[in-house]
Amino acid sequence: MNHLILANGGAGGTNLDPLFDEALFWILAVMAVGAGIAMILVRQAVHCALMLAVVMLSLAVMYAMQGAPFLAFVQVIVYTGAVLMLFLFVVMLIGVNSADSLKETISGQRLWAALAGIGLAVLLILGIGHAAIGTAAPATSAQYADNLTGLAKLIFTTYVFPFEVTSALLITAALGAMVLAHRERTSPKPTQRDIARRRIESGQVAPEPPPGVYALHDAVDMPAMLPDGSTTSRSVSDAIAARDLQLGRDPREDRASDLTAEERIETEREIEAAAKGREDQ
Amino acid sequence: MSPAHYVFLAVILFVIGAVGVLVRRNAILIFMSVELMLNACNLAFVTFARMHGNLDGQVVAFFVMVVAAAEVVVGLAILMAIYRARKSASVDDANLLKN
Repeated sequence: MNHLILANGGAGGTNLDPLFDEALFWILAVMAVGAGIAMILVRQAVHCALMLAVVMLSLAVMYAMQGAPFLAFVQVIVYTGAVLMLFLFVVMLIGVNSADSLKETISGQRLWAALAGIGLAVLLILGIGHAAIGTAAPATSAQYADNLTGLAKLIFTTYVFPFEVTSALLITAALGAMVLAHRERTSPKPTQRDIARRRIESGQVAPEPPPGVYALHDAVDMPAMLPDGSTTSRSVSDAIAARDLQLGRDPREDRASDLTAEERIETEREIEAAAKGREDQ
Repeated sequence: MSPAHYVFLAVILFVIGAVGVLVRRNAILIFMSVELMLNACNLAFVTFARMHGNLDGQVVAFFVMVVAAAEVVVGLAILMAIYRARKSASVDDANLLKN
């Protein structure tokens, strides 16, 4: 990035080496469009956020290429660093188990959306194609070496009123987020005594069996075996069960073997006897 | 690279974002598509600033970023409130006024 800025700023604001400029543009453009298309196609919300990060970072490099180094850094720090992380927080809080269902609720929604997208693209590209965009104005030092001071001057002179309004907007947004995320406590906070009493009353005094207890394997996704040889799905974390459902597996199914309970006990006994035999020798 | 290339790239990204808003039904993913559209607009603003050889476009892009950050904060807070009440982030499930 520094190289880009220096290359632009030196010698009266000459542009980058045209070939390098062109190659960089096409690589970034293909990356951004590819990641954008992947973003609207992938199912998982987390993958979607990562694709969006790719688009945002490519745009940041493009800002640097176009003489906006300050915006390039703001793009990386504010957008990729803060906004996208906020998205990931919310995805982790609510959406990580609920991948977008691919079932169409409105018939033909995808088809019509794609048609509308193509129509919008044709309309915009034709409109912009007719407008004479022309070439870039000769680069000035305001775009490169004096970018930051130039922006600051504009913000605090011409755009000082929008800037002040922005501060009000940010305070309102912060307050709004606090009000919306606030949850009124309607019942008193349970004390340790309450929690202990509830546990005794629930009938399950000891903790739930951890996964893998008495099973053939001790992996976290192995349900624990009860004394009667059956397995209990309560011992496996909900997150793993949800992942199993997503992969189309039955979370209660014991995937270590297709043995019945009796066969399993038999197998366990054989393993135990073999171990004992080794010890005796 | 001529500015036209950048403007066309911005158009393509904007359209991808618009299609994402139409196709996706999880509210978070719709939000991400809106962010993509805002980013495309920013790219166009920066390109216009370069075309005219001044910084006004960059200032506008900067304000767009600030407003987008505020919008995301409030939008995600609303999303959390809806999810708390309805246990779903799908926009199809927010149909309390139906029937």
